[in-house]
Amino acid sequence: MLIKLTGGTIYDPAAGIAGQQQDLYIENGRIINPPAEAKPDKEYDLRGKVVMSGAIDMHTHIGGGKGNIARTLLPEDHRQDPVASTHICRSGCGHAMPSTFVTGYRYAEMGYTTGFEPALLPINARQAHMEMGDIPILDKGGYVMLGSDDYLLRLMTANKDQKAINDYVAWTMNSAKAIGVKVVNPGGINAFKFNQRKLDLDEQNAHYGVTPRDILQVLATAVKELGVSHPLHVHGCNLGVPGNVQTTLDTIQGIGGLPMHLTHIQFHSYGTEGDFKFSSGAAQIAEAINKNKNITIDVGQILFGQTVTASGDSMRQHANHKHASPNKWVTMDIECDAGCGVVPFKYKDQNFVNALQWAIGLETFLLVDDPWRIFLTTDHPNGAPFTSYPHLIRLLMDKTFRNDVLATIHPEAQKMTTLASIDREYSLQEIAIMTRAGAAKLIGLKDRGGLSAGNWADITVYTDNPNREQMFEKPDYVFKDGELVVVDGKVVHVTWGTTHVVQPDFDPSVEKGLKEYFDRYLTMKLGNFKMSDDEITEDGRGSITVHPLKG
Amino acid sequence: MTEITEVPSPFCGIGTDDLTIRVDGISLKVIENGCAVNTPLFEQPITDTMPRVEGKPVSLDVAVAKAAALLRNTRLPIIGGCASDVNGMRGLLALADCCGAVIDNMNFIGTRNNFLALQDSGWMNTTLAEVKNRCDLLLVVGTDLEAFAPRFFERYLWTDAMFLEDTGQRHVIYLGKAPSGDASTSPNGHKATILECEIIDLPEVMAVLRALVKKQPIRAESVAGIAIADLQAIADQLKAAKYGVVTWTAGALVYSQAELTVQMLSEMIKDINNQNTRCSGLPLAGKEGDQTANQVCGWTTGYPARTRFSRGYPEYDPFLNDSRDLLANGEADALVWVHAFNVASVPPVTDLPTIVVGRSGMVFEKEPDVFIPVGTPGIDHAGHAYRMDNVVAIRLKKLRDSGLPSTADVLNAIETQCRLGYDCTDAGGRTTRGAVAEH
Repeated sequence: MLIKLTGGTIYDPAAGIAGQQQDLYIENGRIINPPAEAKPDKEYDLRGKVVMSGAIDMHTHIGGGKGNIARTLLPEDHRQDPVASTHICRSGCGHAMPSTFVTGYRYAEMGYTTGFEPALLPINARQAHMEMGDIPILDKGGYVMLGSDDYLLRLMTANKDQKAINDYVAWTMNSAKAIGVKVVNPGGINAFKFNQRKLDLDEQNAHYGVTPRDILQVLATAVKELGVSHPLHVHGCNLGVPGNVQTTLDTIQGIGGLPMHLTHIQFHSYGTEGDFKFSSGAAQIAEAINKNKNITIDVGQILFGQTVTASGDSMRQHANHKHASPNKWVTMDIECDAGCGVVPFKYKDQNFVNALQWAIGLETFLLVDDPWRIFLTTDHPNGAPFTSYPHLIRLLMDKTFRNDVLATIHPEAQKMTTLASIDREYSLQEIAIMTRAGAAKLIGLKDRGGLSAGNWADITVYTDNPNREQMFEKPDYVFKDGELVVVDGKVVHVTWGTTHVVQPDFDPSVEKGLKEYFDRYLTMKLGNFKMSDDEITEDGRGSITVHPLKG
Repeated sequence: MTEITEVPSPFCGIGTDDLTIRVDGISLKVIENGCAVNTPLFEQPITDTMPRVEGKPVSLDVAVAKAAALLRNTRLPIIGGCASDVNGMRGLLALADCCGAVIDNMNFIGTRNNFLALQDSGWMNTTLAEVKNRCDLLLVVGTDLEAFAPRFFERYLWTDAMFLEDTGQRHVIYLGKAPSGDASTSPNGHKATILECEIIDLPEVMAVLRALVKKQPIRAESVAGIAIADLQAIADQLKAAKYGVVTWTAGALVYSQAELTVQMLSEMIKDINNQNTRCSGLPLAGKEGDQTANQVCGWTTGYPARTRFSRGYPEYDPFLNDSRDLLANGEADALVWVHAFNVASVPPVTDLPTIVVGRSGMVFEKEPDVFIPVGTPGIDHAGHAYRMDNVVAIRLKKLRDSGLPSTADVLNAIETQCRLGYDCTDAGGRTTRGAVAEH
């Protein structure tokens, strides 16, 4: 079927198009060049409408054990947002940690067509993929978590060379069906199991003697040498600790120019100034980002209200449990592999720290110059549920609105932020970069995140509206792989997306050492640990899309 | 005849995956690493190959059509058992969503003790590989661990560990219930400490133990027949251990408000972690798909596997959705029983229309209206099952060609038939369905 989208105003940063009126043609799921004579089977009149590719959330906790712990922990949160089944949609729950089906519907209804789970534990990869397998419409993928696994730390303590580490990283990526590599509190989750309660960048793990700096170095090198597009995805040391801005600046310097993505950097940008010994480090962070072109970030914006934090960082989550609201929380040590911590949070605009966290995130967005190196996230659900993105976009695009909200937060926090003095307003093109073209480029998705011929037809159509929140929360149309899935902000058709992976090469002999280790110390046979493709595809809905490595 | 190695078990909950099984046609023989729990469940012969309607053999299509017809005009069907693999649970939840059923995992009465504690205050838990490599002190509360999982000690304690010089020096303490055998005696003869009491006295004993951990003064000299000095010794050992682990079986705490015992020990673990050492909980569960049921129901609905769909959206209530009460009170009007693992796990006897999707070989006191024998995950078809520690899903293997359909095959077929019969958005006159805002 040939579909014509007529006369829309196109924002396609991947092709350098910023607000030009242009027709789009879709055939067999992809965008094609204007055909010579063919008559479209279906035409949509998009004159006056804003057209972007489907949005990509490059960091959202949508699959894996800690999210399901968060769900189980919070029945009272679900009860406030029950979601009924319809003739095409399954029932479920929404709000802070939605059920899988509702996750897919609500992302699609905001114009998102792809999401990446950033913390795929190797031992929990099956669960993450099974949960994502029950998320309709969206494409998905995951970054496999390393850095606190005993096998890596043993390799490092034994002074194995970088090649041995590369082989292990590549093997793990293949086994867990990942498209990137993440490290969370490098070595810290492991150190917590040895009763260490904090771990600075240059502090040694009590058992292994390695430091977070060492771990970042070998993993960032591995990712680069393996040719994986997405740079090492780093949740740094000292999350949430006042003064951690210095840790973050040291982390940027310490990586020595290697590509590195610092995630939810808002939580890592805190100073110790002022009466409350808590201040914004956003200006220093933004300056460092602007200067170091090897660094990309996503913000992890907090927005006020009830949510739940679900993180692999068991060490920091345990330390933060005293802030749990409601007062219940879970931590887990997991399989000599990783850990997790789940702590419900209620961010309050009249709480000084929360209010300043809100301002720090926005300062970061507005002070980083290059929209290709900063990404729009709330670290769903940790800073706020993903359904708050339209509100966040309005805060970025509308200075008056932003300052109106600023005037309502804790007065001491207002004094501690430069936000009111920042005039910048994001443009539609910059939003399209952050949420589409930039994300696709960062992750290495070929043929997604753009609207030129050859791309898959993931397309979102909005009605231009000066109230950007209203505009972005209810697209007129969303197409996924060329199929119309959303009309007027409601799902009209349910499809199933693909799982994006990379498959870096490794020396098969890596399994010799791994097999001995598994047989001796782990609780599963090596052969039973590795995921097979059919685990994703056998239900007839899932598929795997392998992306190329960098040459 | 073939031999298949490294076979994972969906039955025992502790994720044994080193069984060797000889396959001869459709008969199985566990020839290595069997145990009292796993071996009989693997070796259970196939006796039923044909579905039955009202006791008479019929084709699968006829049985599915009959099941759908029985469900079509119901107002509150129950889907009980809920014991299958991940795909089986997916199919079960889709069917429940379609026909407005109450789903209720058969082991929920026990598991509820854990969920109520979790949902009220949370916990700090660990997993089996951490136990194997780090645990230097294991406190077993109110359960006979080796009867629950015969190979627990062999696989996870008396074995190599990364962070312990001599695993034979690990200390095991039984509190409440004595073990039924000697599996807890270490290879070098180190015996477990055993402090027995009546199970029903555990709330008091645990409260005192937590008080001692928190250095609260205790005036009594004994509690439930256990000397305070002995409990003080446990408290001291927990605080001296580098990585203590406290384990329990929620279903073994058979007294009312047992969730408070789970909460007491979980809060005690948190207290120990605030006294400069590590300690973790390890709830024993995961047999025959109970963990799988709660996990899949968790991501599909947000809630554990005692949830109703009768108003069009999931509603969790750990008490009101108890299927035994719904059957006894006459609120339910049909029963679907799903159990792919154990022929002994038959449905409760009821006069309501009953559909059983069960393991081949089930013997019924009262023949159900429809019986559809299904294959067992990990024997007749591949699949996924969750271990007791919740994080680890194991990949189950297909061992033989029995021709039996999977739970998912059957439930998906019934759901498809139900959808043909009526529009699921306004099923059976349930006018309240869809009353809340659409997503």
